[in-house]
Amino acid sequence: MMSRLFLVVLLTLPLIAHAKEAAPTADDPSLEQRLMTLAAELRCLVCQNQSLADSHADLAIDLRNQVREQMKAGKTDDEIRTWLTQRYGDFVLYRPPVRSTTALLWVGPFLLLLVGLVGLGLYLRRRRQVIGQPQLTEEEHARAQALLHPDQGPPTL
Amino acid sequence: MARYLIPLAMFIVLLGFLAVGLKLNPREVPSPLIDKPAPAFQLERLDQPSQVVKLEDLRGQVWLLNVWASWCVACMQEHPVLVDFSKSGILPIYGLNYKDKREDAKAWLAKNGNPYSVSIVDADGRVGIDYGVYGVPETFLIDKQGVIRFKQIGPVTPEVLQDKILPLARKLQG
Repeated sequence: MMSRLFLVVLLTLPLIAHAKEAAPTADDPSLEQRLMTLAAELRCLVCQNQSLADSHADLAIDLRNQVREQMKAGKTDDEIRTWLTQRYGDFVLYRPPVRSTTALLWVGPFLLLLVGLVGLGLYLRRRRQVIGQPQLTEEEHARAQALLHPDQGPPTL
Repeated sequence: MARYLIPLAMFIVLLGFLAVGLKLNPREVPSPLIDKPAPAFQLERLDQPSQVVKLEDLRGQVWLLNVWASWCVACMQEHPVLVDFSKSGILPIYGLNYKDKREDAKAWLAKNGNPYSVSIVDADGRVGIDYGVYGVPETFLIDKQGVIRFKQIGPVTPEVLQDKILPLARKLQG
């Protein structure tokens, strides 16, 4: 009996427990909007697949608070990004800047595309050579002519 | 034959990438603060709230800044290493008590031993953020000029201490 009750409790638990969004402080909606837009492009360092906007990690909350303070103090988004990268490196940016260390990241996909296109070109050229030009005999040629232009002569069939 | 060799070669290359990827630690974010001046701070001592410690007070010596908290599980793991090391007296260890309750922190030190010359209190984690702390424990090696020379993310192990921190510290001590 007890175990059944326990099971019922266990099964209903997920209905009660639900994820909640990070609660915005509503005193200045436009600032909050700006904060969330910026934070969505910043990576949370504790839970690395979440943005600073979604994360509930203590550090993310602290960082959001500090970003909010800096926005209130009149800092631009760029200044805040610089402030963060000075502490945590480019890692916090979901959109890393183009540098020698990130060049492969930015150029890589285009390089792969180029390799793919060259490969495709080579393959197609080789295939064309294998198939070669279709050779028609005199008779086949005449028949094709007749089929294409029936008004110019009697069909051979 | 080439029809089989090319996919095989691609597979082996892929396998190589995956093998390297498995060994990388994605939690280890390289700090941009290495070889940069340590961020300034002005924080109360854990044992004496009336006394304030500033970064400038620590100039002129090579020292370790260990970020710790009583709620941090991994700190327990490195703590005996630090306690042992502090007995050698090679380097002073300063503790940055990160986002902790003063009472909890003091009780934790009383129970587990205190390797710190001084512990300072970063209750709201602001100094931690200045130092790019994102997980506790973290340990910084700071030179005589107040420049960060090395950062250990995660617990200090005897290996890290022997192979990385000590050789560098000896060099910096001159």
